[in-house]
Amino acid sequence: MFSRRLLALARSSNVALALTIVLGFVGGLLTILQAWILALIINDVFFNGLTREAVLGRLAALLGVVIVKAAVVWGSEVAANAVAQRVKADLRERLVKHLTALGPAYTQSERTGELSLSAIEGVESLEAYFSQYLPQLVLAASIPLSVLLLVFPLDPLSGVVFLLTAPLVPFFMILIGRSGEALTSRQFETLRHLSAHFYDVLQGLTTLKALNQSRSQAGVIGEVAERYRDVTMQVLRVTFLSALALEFLTTLSTAIIAVEIGFRLLYRNMEFLPAFFILVLAPDFYLPLRLLGLRFHAGMSGVSAAKRIFEILDTPVQTVSGVASNRVVQPENFSAVQHATILFDAVSYTYPDRTAPALHQVTFSIPAGQTTALVGASGAGKTTVANLLMRFIEPQSGTIRVGDTPLAQIPADAWRKTIGWVPQTPYLFSDTIAANLRLARPEANEGDLLRACERAGLLDFIRALPEGLETRIGERGARLSGGQAQRLALARAFLKDAPFLLLDEPTSSLDPALEAELQASVHELMRGRTVLVIAHRLATIYQADQIVVLDGGKVAEAGRHEELLARHGAYARLVTGQTTP
Amino acid sequence: MKTLSRLSSFLLPFWPQVLLAVLLGALTIGSSIALMSTSAWLISTAAIARSVADLGVSVVSTRLFGVSRAVFRYVERLVSHSLTFRILARLRVWFYQAIEPLAPARLVSARSGDLLSRVIADVETLDNLFVRVLAPPMVAVVIVLAMAVFMGSFDPVLGLVITAFLLAVGVGLTAFSLFLNRTLGRQLVESRSILRADLVDAVQGLPDLIAFGQESAWLERINASGREFSRTQTRMAQLNGLQSGLNSLLTGLGAWLMLFLAIPLVSSGRIEGVYLAVIVLASMASFEAVQNLPQAAQLLEANLQSARRLFEIADQSPAVTEPTDPLPQPACADLHVRNLSFSYEPEAEHAAPLVLSNLSFDLPAGKKLAIVGPSGAGKSTLANLLMRFWDAEGIFLDGRDIRAYRQVDVRRMFSLVSQNTYLFNATLRENLLLARPWATQQDIEAACRAAQLHDFIVSLPNGYETMVGERGLQLSGGERQRVAIARALLKDTPIFIFDEPTANLDAATERKLIETLQAVMQSRSVLWITHRLIGLEGMDEILVLEAGRIVQRGTHAELLAQQGLYRTLWDLQNRALL
Repeated sequence: MFSRRLLALARSSNVALALTIVLGFVGGLLTILQAWILALIINDVFFNGLTREAVLGRLAALLGVVIVKAAVVWGSEVAANAVAQRVKADLRERLVKHLTALGPAYTQSERTGELSLSAIEGVESLEAYFSQYLPQLVLAASIPLSVLLLVFPLDPLSGVVFLLTAPLVPFFMILIGRSGEALTSRQFETLRHLSAHFYDVLQGLTTLKALNQSRSQAGVIGEVAERYRDVTMQVLRVTFLSALALEFLTTLSTAIIAVEIGFRLLYRNMEFLPAFFILVLAPDFYLPLRLLGLRFHAGMSGVSAAKRIFEILDTPVQTVSGVASNRVVQPENFSAVQHATILFDAVSYTYPDRTAPALHQVTFSIPAGQTTALVGASGAGKTTVANLLMRFIEPQSGTIRVGDTPLAQIPADAWRKTIGWVPQTPYLFSDTIAANLRLARPEANEGDLLRACERAGLLDFIRALPEGLETRIGERGARLSGGQAQRLALARAFLKDAPFLLLDEPTSSLDPALEAELQASVHELMRGRTVLVIAHRLATIYQADQIVVLDGGKVAEAGRHEELLARHGAYARLVTGQTTP
Repeated sequence: MKTLSRLSSFLLPFWPQVLLAVLLGALTIGSSIALMSTSAWLISTAAIARSVADLGVSVVSTRLFGVSRAVFRYVERLVSHSLTFRILARLRVWFYQAIEPLAPARLVSARSGDLLSRVIADVETLDNLFVRVLAPPMVAVVIVLAMAVFMGSFDPVLGLVITAFLLAVGVGLTAFSLFLNRTLGRQLVESRSILRADLVDAVQGLPDLIAFGQESAWLERINASGREFSRTQTRMAQLNGLQSGLNSLLTGLGAWLMLFLAIPLVSSGRIEGVYLAVIVLASMASFEAVQNLPQAAQLLEANLQSARRLFEIADQSPAVTEPTDPLPQPACADLHVRNLSFSYEPEAEHAAPLVLSNLSFDLPAGKKLAIVGPSGAGKSTLANLLMRFWDAEGIFLDGRDIRAYRQVDVRRMFSLVSQNTYLFNATLRENLLLARPWATQQDIEAACRAAQLHDFIVSLPNGYETMVGERGLQLSGGERQRVAIARALLKDTPIFIFDEPTANLDAATERKLIETLQAVMQSRSVLWITHRLIGLEGMDEILVLEAGRIVQRGTHAELLAQQGLYRTLWDLQNRALL
């Protein structure tokens, strides 16, 4: 019902949390006070025959309580919101920081990537937990308890009825909660199935039409929905029973108390005032417990969102093995490695959810100032090499050296400053084109940006946009095609102007005219840098100083084009287009 | 209003259930009011009564009302949930029937993916229409009327006052909440979506952020948009809190005023004393009926917006219409295209450029024709026109305009294997059967053998009963395309259209698939649309398309010999390794 760990999150907003709880209690006490004054007035008028003038004071007091109570209700909502805001902001920051530490290998993997997204979006569902569920929990604890303390001295018998039924309320609540959880998940599941089927049919509508099957599907949709109705209603009939029991308990016990005190009044065993007071209190005794049931769902979805969030926060960050901090290369010694040869020395890596290694004992060098082309079929390990070089992942065995320095001794962020990275498809942030470019060099002025765009062949496109560089991506025709996104990645690399270049060539063939232009841009970018290119074009490969052929996570061959071709090995098979046996 | 009444028409066929659900809802709340009324009467009477007889039926009825609320609530929930499922089924069937004739022509836009998922979300929004939007106000009306009569029977002023306060909460606070929703609510949605975009970007764009060392700058950005969202949310919470406070105030004030007004009536003897408690407690209990109206109104707005969007989509006229007096099915598969020009948006403000311009060619039965050209040349549009997904002038089957045939009869002539084969989240068999629902296992296996898929399927633990997963993603791209080929074979049409069937495959898979395609296309007419110049040696004619026009035509050997676009594309392609 409440998660201790979730509650611990609210510690940072102690004052607001305390205020939420105190106001909850005060609200509960005011409810009781209101019932007491009301009982007094009715007693005065009905039983003692007083006139309105005689009870004006009490009427005024009642009015006062009503007004103050309304203010308290307002205040407690505002306080609860403050708690929720603090918690969410804290959690969001912790989560983003942790995801950053876990790195791209974690967020780009299919399962954990999805988890990351749902967790980070789940932060919002904690809102309801803290602003609705938690305050109601306070009320549900405070009001019934205070009522019991008051009723017992007045009328022990009613007190006993309350006391006996009260524990049953949480009992049924838990029952409802359990079956409610099952219900919501079942209902959710049902709806999800229904929606998934519907979505499936709509998405495949063109296919259905092509196969001349589209008209008959309307009947299928109806049938599927009808089938789900049958199944779900059977479940609901049972599930609603526990809610029935709870309602039963609260209304029936009110009725029992009314009849019980009614009879004792009749036999003059009781005064009217306490009797009526207890009757007025009876609904208030159960109401907060019932409302808690209503808020239960908000609470549960908060708890389940928190589960996903904690799962990520509890994932340990992979640390670089064998690096003592005192051996980390300081930035002042760093310029020495900037124009060094990079060496992969018996590097192996296996992804966490795989058994087969992605790279196994891979050894090759990327000579300074030269272009090395990495080729191989998909799944051969090219991307893993790129990930290692970008330090998105660290080798599990073997070392990568930059000159004489092990890469692991260079701080990752300092290292990345020396690499220009051109992925096949750069991620486009939902912001302006300028902001997307400035990622590479935040302080770049407009002139720098335009120059980079020109060299990347993106300038004509940007000039054609009414708002130019300030166009937001996705708006006003700035929906970038694959080729344009590539150019944007090139422009970023031009802006960054780093000594190393890691280039992932696009596989898809572009428009012939544009193709030649792109090649020219790429060549300009490569000039004077140490380049590792994951190559897909023969033209790029011909011109490389060295070709490394990967096959099944191992280096199959390395050398220049002519040498490799003469060897009739893996490279020759790739180039002549024969499939590997 | 029009949208609302049209939306309500979905409830019409179920009016008995609607009536029952509303009645049960009113009885549920009525039971609470009655319970408090009879209890108050019981206690007041007991305090001054002399014998049990004076209590009359109040003891029994108090117990009865103590039970009835729970029972009414239970039955009401069952009835209204069953109703919801019925409405949900009706909505989906209606919407499907409405858009079936529109697909795909009216459903594609610059952001077609978004359109579909928005449609789904909109339909889902409408699922709660009855239970949470329409039922609460109907129940409230019944209770308000009942309270007006009940209190009015004591004194007209009391009837007026309780009605006024119930309306103040039910209408006044609802209006306040709607106002909030329209002003601050919109800001809230906006700042939430900015924050969400930043967060999604952080997760999905993490490689780029880290590669450029911008991760802490981005975190700062997230914190900033988080603060902005939080500010709006806090303002919203303050006003929402105000609304809750006002609700509490109006409820308390209403009961107070009833008490204030009833006291002199008791003193003057116009009302018996035992009813004083009844009036106050019944009034307090009656506010339950109007409590959730503000929420219902907010949901109503969301429902109306969703409904408006759905109606807008559904109300479009189809791009392709059936002829009033259709020809019988074409007898032979001779296809002629004469001066075919086409634009997707001919009525657009700036007349959209022609996607196809003045195209003419013949595909006699049994011949093989290829259409090649860079992407964006209009090749796929031709496939869409042949399938009558769109209509254009200049396409003739068996010598007659294809628009003179029924759509199903035209589609009976063509099998389409496109680059995006859609597989339904069902078994392989079910996916195959779509092409010929009456096919036997032998038919299916024969088609799969020809598509070189059979061996793969029987190697799966569940064979033909294997679920293919969402959009067939449990299968590889090559396997999906083979399913499409098997479907085409099962459909067994005289003409095959291959629209970039190998576009999303790697080179090795592509080569194998092309071998299969060439094996299955013997003895049929083939229209092969591609930008990859592979396997075109056996084509009777190749049309080279550029920007919607035919710029070259001839056989593979002829075209290679010419200095033209075909030659350029050929050279370009052979520069790529993989």
